[in-house]
Amino acid sequence: MAEAVSVAAESFAGGRARGARSVLGQVVLPGEELLLPEQEDAEGPGGAGERPLSLNAGARSRVRVICGPGLRRCGDRLLVTKCGRLRHKEPGGGGGGGGVYWVDSQQKRYVPVKGDHVIGIVTAKSGDIFKVDVGGSEPASLSYLSFEGATKRNRPNVQVGDLIYGQFVVANKDMEPEMVCIDSCGRANGMGVIGQDGLLFKVTLGLIRKLLAPDCEIIQEVGKLYPLEIVFGMNGRIWVKAKTIQQTLILANILEACEHMTSDQRKQIFSRLAES
Amino acid sequence: LISEKWSELFMQRGLDSETKKQLEEEEKKIISEEHWYLDLPELKEKESFIIEEQSFLLCEDLLYGRMSFRGFNPEVEKLMLHMNAKHKAEEVEDETVELDVSDEEMARRYETFVGTIGKKFARKRDHANYEEDENGDIQPIKAKKMFLKPQD
Repeated sequence: MAEAVSVAAESFAGGRARGARSVLGQVVLPGEELLLPEQEDAEGPGGAGERPLSLNAGARSRVRVICGPGLRRCGDRLLVTKCGRLRHKEPGGGGGGGGVYWVDSQQKRYVPVKGDHVIGIVTAKSGDIFKVDVGGSEPASLSYLSFEGATKRNRPNVQVGDLIYGQFVVANKDMEPEMVCIDSCGRANGMGVIGQDGLLFKVTLGLIRKLLAPDCEIIQEVGKLYPLEIVFGMNGRIWVKAKTIQQTLILANILEACEHMTSDQRKQIFSRLAES
Repeated sequence: LISEKWSELFMQRGLDSETKKQLEEEEKKIISEEHWYLDLPELKEKESFIIEEQSFLLCEDLLYGRMSFRGFNPEVEKLMLHMNAKHKAEEVEDETVELDVSDEEMARRYETFVGTIGKKFARKRDHANYEEDENGDIQPIKAKKMFLKPQD
């Protein structure tokens, strides 16, 4: 890790922008500029043996690239705004070449993003909207009509202090975030008020993404312990529920602690739990 | 304002068509001057091939946020299968017994259901058609009593 940081510091000090492809998986620092693959050839000796992505030789057809969280567009280059490892994903399916670049960073403070599913706590009920605390800079607003089957006569049963699982429809730095508990077809799809009991606790955002990865071992092992239910909010909140309070607390402790455990330590703990 | 005078003038008959046209042009000129515009040279719009997205949903294929294990919440488990189907992962075998109604049961209920609802909408005279069986099941409607025209 120290080597990666020193390399990054050197190139940054030199002021030479590096190619995005050559930095994949390495630590990048805010302020660095990254070149997209087609530009590396034009830059000269920087890119060694990189072939341009254009399909037909001669015409400079540019490939569309998406810059994800942690990156900004800076002219023709990508500007890093968060420190972390640079990741890349090739585009799946037919359309859209170039793929996605993003920085895999870690933070505790959530910033509302459109489309994210989050757990919120209802803090106020004013007129036709609920104010929901999502952990951002201001509470999100949730209209009472944004629930499945809600009409003006048939209001949803939501009280102050309830937990809500919903997604953002408006979330930018200029406006108050708005969330709904309904998808574009009008179906709830699991969103809405989260049931009684259970425990809500907060973790880092990176852990949520790690636990929600398709091949996450932690979740698979947890699921074998005893019957339980978990809801993950992208704002760093997790709600768990099991049959007894003790089981719920054990589950909460495991999920909080697994961020800093190696997989061996985790397996030890799970085997000890399975015995008891 | 010119617009008021313009409408007044148009109301008056016998006014010169030339004067009318002049007034119309003046009116248009005033309107177009009132529209604001930027006094800048035309910017060359550089077609950018980089799109900014702040969401992690595009980057990483994340699973659906609600999960239930070992039958704790059957609805959530159904949702999990439905929402995660795009990941093409092997579907986990349900350990719990399915609570769906079987086809035979459905057919049996529907048979008597038709009678019950029909009885609700039938008039009082037709209630006799819906005789109750020994078991209490409603039999479906028999032949309707039509008007028989008397002969001769």
